[in-house]
Amino acid sequence: MRKGLSDDDGPDIGKYTLDAEKHDAKDLAEIEDKYKQAFLDVGYDPEGAERSGSFLQVDHSVLCSKVMQEGVEIMSTTDALGKYSWLSDYWWHAVAPGKDVYTQQVDRKQTHGYFLRTLPGVKTTYPLQSCLFTGQEGLSQNVHNIVIAEEGSELHIITGCSVAEKVQSALHLGVSEFYVKKNAKITFTMIHNWAPEVEVRPRSGIIVEENGVFIGNYVSLNPVKDLQMYPVTYCGKNARATSQSIIYASKDSKIDIGSKMVLQGENSRAEVISRTVATDQADVTARGFLIGSAPNVKAHLECTGLMLSDTARIYSVPELEATVKDAELSHEAAVGRISEEEIAYLTARGLSEEEAAGAIVRGFLNVDIKGLPAALGAQVRQMIRMSAEVL
Amino acid sequence: MLEIKSLNLEVDGRPVLKDLNLTIKEGESHVLLGPNGSGKTSLLLGILGFPKYKVTGGSIIFKGKDITDLSTAERVKLGMGIAFQHPPVIRGIKLGEMVNLCKGDTSQQINQQTRTLAKKLHFSDEFLERDVNAGFSGGEIKRSEIMQLMAQDPDFVMLDEPDSGVDIENMELIGDMIGELLHRRIRPSKRTASGLIITHLATITDYIEVDWAHVMLNGMIACSGNPDRIISEVMKGGYEKCVRDCQMTMDRI
Ligand SMILES: Nc1ncnc2c1ncn2[C@@H]1O[C@H](COP(=O)(O)OP(=O)(O)OP(=O)(O)O)[C@@H](O)[C@H]1O
Ligand SMILES: [Mg+2]
Repeated sequence: MRKGLSDDDGPDIGKYTLDAEKHDAKDLAEIEDKYKQAFLDVGYDPEGAERSGSFLQVDHSVLCSKVMQEGVEIMSTTDALGKYSWLSDYWWHAVAPGKDVYTQQVDRKQTHGYFLRTLPGVKTTYPLQSCLFTGQEGLSQNVHNIVIAEEGSELHIITGCSVAEKVQSALHLGVSEFYVKKNAKITFTMIHNWAPEVEVRPRSGIIVEENGVFIGNYVSLNPVKDLQMYPVTYCGKNARATSQSIIYASKDSKIDIGSKMVLQGENSRAEVISRTVATDQADVTARGFLIGSAPNVKAHLECTGLMLSDTARIYSVPELEATVKDAELSHEAAVGRISEEEIAYLTARGLSEEEAAGAIVRGFLNVDIKGLPAALGAQVRQMIRMSAEVL
Repeated sequence: MLEIKSLNLEVDGRPVLKDLNLTIKEGESHVLLGPNGSGKTSLLLGILGFPKYKVTGGSIIFKGKDITDLSTAERVKLGMGIAFQHPPVIRGIKLGEMVNLCKGDTSQQINQQTRTLAKKLHFSDEFLERDVNAGFSGGEIKRSEIMQLMAQDPDFVMLDEPDSGVDIENMELIGDMIGELLHRRIRPSKRTASGLIITHLATITDYIEVDWAHVMLNGMIACSGNPDRIISEVMKGGYEKCVRDCQMTMDRI
């Protein structure tokens, strides 16, 4: 347990109901229509244009699992468990079921989640999209996701989590286990769009085998009551892993987010990049932990925070641990305010001070999302910009 | 266009300009020479109203209006623009977007008009995608600053050493662009833009003709007059000698 705060601390599971209204495939068109904008805001396009497949879960019902490319599999994890006996080898293999009360709850009271897989050598032409959506007040959604890129395959995913506008409070528990096989690649871009009374506990483990590549991008720009996540990536021989997060924390948001990279295979590389803006009374802890335990590993951590108010807080915790002599681990961490010189520069070009500050914050969050196919990268950037536009 | 009356200016509590007077009429272009640290950049930033540069005495009149207490944004709205000597890097804002902002356009899309302007300044479309000033070479900064000014098209143009560290070919281009900004290519009676150009070696005056030259020493304009005469004296004998001769001439008058 880290820095005094137990992973068990946080939302009270008992406060939320598991009694979800059932939705049917025949309701799909109506639901897609009703929540269209909310879906689009987290990257899920109901029309599925330029997608190699789609998965949509609303509350506890899987409404859509559609494959548009051969060699790609998309289904509910509950269905996948019934279909593939071998899946038990992957079930609770990258995350321990007894890790904390939230993983225990998902283990006992799972409510679907997605199973995404590319068969050996298959490369997705377009990204797969998924959306986990809560439309019912006070509901607990307990998903267990499994993502597998078989040997030599390439799997691009854009996934969003969101709640209906009318939903005030909800709990989202999400266990995600990723398996990047030899020479395979997964890019996983996750966009969260929560509400001020929603509590969130994602629990992720990522196993990257020899020569595999995993690129994880996380974006959250809306208020959330309480969010804690700390995905752990295990890098095998020659593996590469990148984690980037872009956080705009406002109102009374409480966010504790970080990434742990375990470089246990020789010659593996990892990079953790986080950009955090904190305003109003938001409280953000930005963590990063690099562990080098195999020869010739190299990893870097870059954690930048921008403070916009005197009542917010950014607590940055970079950690490095080496247990072999030729591990090369480094970090840069900085927290600061908006530079006056930059504001002055923009006002000299005709912007008001407020406009200049807004442009600088948007620029700060406008990180080049690495490793994504060009079209997807442009789309994600565009989404970040649009969300940041209203900040 | 601009009238500065016995201006006193402080930076970080330290006086940098003392009783400075300067008048620039509509359609006129002036050059300002002076040694390092004499206060040239401070004068421009003071005219622009940067918060760090505090007026402790005197006034600045622009287009007939006392702007001494106006914010930078308000002054820019009235028609001022500047090309900075040392602009900051702005992460995440692309040069193309910046050009849009200068035109008052907040879209991030780089349109044909922006690309055409960039081409004129010898910038490729890819260059417009770079973060503003991030890793720009010295010459690229000069051209990028002038490009932004051209997008803004102000009536009063301030240029802080547009000619320092620029190679011959780029100098020709920059001279052309400044000539355009300052209406140097049209008849004097038709000129409506005015300019104040800081220059160390007066290189820019080989490319455009100017109406006045001033020498700044220790936060004061110590000498003003015909640009050909002043520039040749500075080039021959240095700033101080020029100022001494200048004052002797004034004493005689
Ligand atoms: N932001 C600032 N903070 C502290 N001191 C400053 C600042 N700006 C200017 N100064 C000081 O004021 C004096 C005048 O500086 P200024 O930049 O105006 O000179 P300059 O004539 O433009 O010089 P150069 O030819 O080197 O560009 C210098 O001593 C400088 O150190
Ligand atoms: Mg200067």
